[in-house]
Amino acid sequence: MHHAVVDRWSSGHSLLHARDGRVKVLVCLGFLAAVATTPRLTALYAAGYGLAALAAVMVARLPLGALLVRAAVVLPFSGTFALVSLLAGDSPRAVALLAKSYLSAVAVLILVGSTPLPTILRSLERLRAPRLVVLVVQFLYRYLFVISEQAQHMRLAALSRGGWRFRSAAGAIAVLFARSYARAEGVHRAMLARGFQGHLTLLAPVRADWRDGLLLAGGWALIAFLRWGLEGVWSR
Amino acid sequence: MEPLIEVRGLRFRYPDGTLALDGVDFVLRPGETVALLGPNGSGKTTFVLHLNGLLAGEGLVTVCGLPVAKPNLPAVRRKVGVVFQDADEQLFMPTVLEDVCYGPLNLGLSPEEARAAAEWALAQVGIAHARDKAPYHLSAGEKRRVALAGVLAMRPEILVLDEPGTFLDPPGRRALVEVLSGLPQAKLIVTHDVWFARALATRAVFFEQGRIVCDGLLEVVLVHYCWDLSARSGTVLDSGG
Repeated sequence: MHHAVVDRWSSGHSLLHARDGRVKVLVCLGFLAAVATTPRLTALYAAGYGLAALAAVMVARLPLGALLVRAAVVLPFSGTFALVSLLAGDSPRAVALLAKSYLSAVAVLILVGSTPLPTILRSLERLRAPRLVVLVVQFLYRYLFVISEQAQHMRLAALSRGGWRFRSAAGAIAVLFARSYARAEGVHRAMLARGFQGHLTLLAPVRADWRDGLLLAGGWALIAFLRWGLEGVWSR
Repeated sequence: MEPLIEVRGLRFRYPDGTLALDGVDFVLRPGETVALLGPNGSGKTTFVLHLNGLLAGEGLVTVCGLPVAKPNLPAVRRKVGVVFQDADEQLFMPTVLEDVCYGPLNLGLSPEEARAAAEWALAQVGIAHARDKAPYHLSAGEKRRVALAGVLAMRPEILVLDEPGTFLDPPGRRALVEVLSGLPQAKLIVTHDVWFARALATRAVFFEQGRIVCDGLLEVVLVHYCWDLSARSGTVLDSGG
């Protein structure tokens, strides 16, 4: 199944994979906050953030090309807003919007590609993220695959009966919803039958050591430098 | 001997109005293996879902003396292990080992204990070699075994299997029968597969329109309801030849 690409990445081995999930979540959040709050994302900032992300990709030994392509999935969304800015005559803002959203997507992909999702969820739980949010993400993640698989099956069935046209696709979405719903109920039932009581317990306990501390301190220091120090150093 | 499962006057109506169970009485004793037979839509799966409280109808259901009610659900679900018809619905963790650990961890076992229970269960069903694989990369037969291991790891006293033979090729079914017949638990097997039922059960109950209409020796039930495909097609061939 091709949906498992990010899952496969996250089960790899590297210096970054081995780090505590909470630390990675915190560093990633720091990065997102820095990128989002940079007032004018000039080429200098973009290069700084981009290089930092590139370094993380290298350390995590993730496939750079595939990751960059996947991160582009956010562009249609931010592109809509960028277009509005562009039409309003503010082209630097339009570029900054695209660059910020793209950099953020890359950062999140690095996190998700170097940390199995159950670990991320457990880390969020430990970091006192609202339980409901964690649960919603957990089920979204599980059922996303259910729905995509169901859609693949229906597409094959339609193809084998002679076609997959736009109109049949539109009708199929309704059926897909009903079927996915039924299937999701089945999954939920199976989880309850094995004693599910509202949260996922992890096999490997969350444990941090000095290397995780180093990553947190180093990561945040680098991000802070990129956000507040880089421009000053550069213009000197 | 005190029954493992006792059901009295169980009735259940789905929200859409369908009466799925219409007064079911049933008793399962330790060491028994019972085949649940009956046409599609006769209430077999609905019945099974009441045994660990996934559905709740009117009437009495007790498991090992415990009434199946909300406060008892964790204990009941530990005693009754259900292996669902579609293994894909059951397997959802990234690796086989983690999936099999899921139940034991929910029971409150420590990660080490859960891992030990999972390794034991995987060995029981003969699939320890796949422990680090992703469940969706396994064959149908392997998935079925992992699903079974996920339930065995919780050390249930009663095993409920819903159509365990579906999607399996003949060698896969034979292997599954071997695994199941080696397990000491009492078993309830929902199946249309007469060969499968014969290989494991001596007693059978027959469901029809939400009731158990016959309860007795498997062979007697099979003959009474002409439920044996091979016997019937044999007569057809004879008369044709």
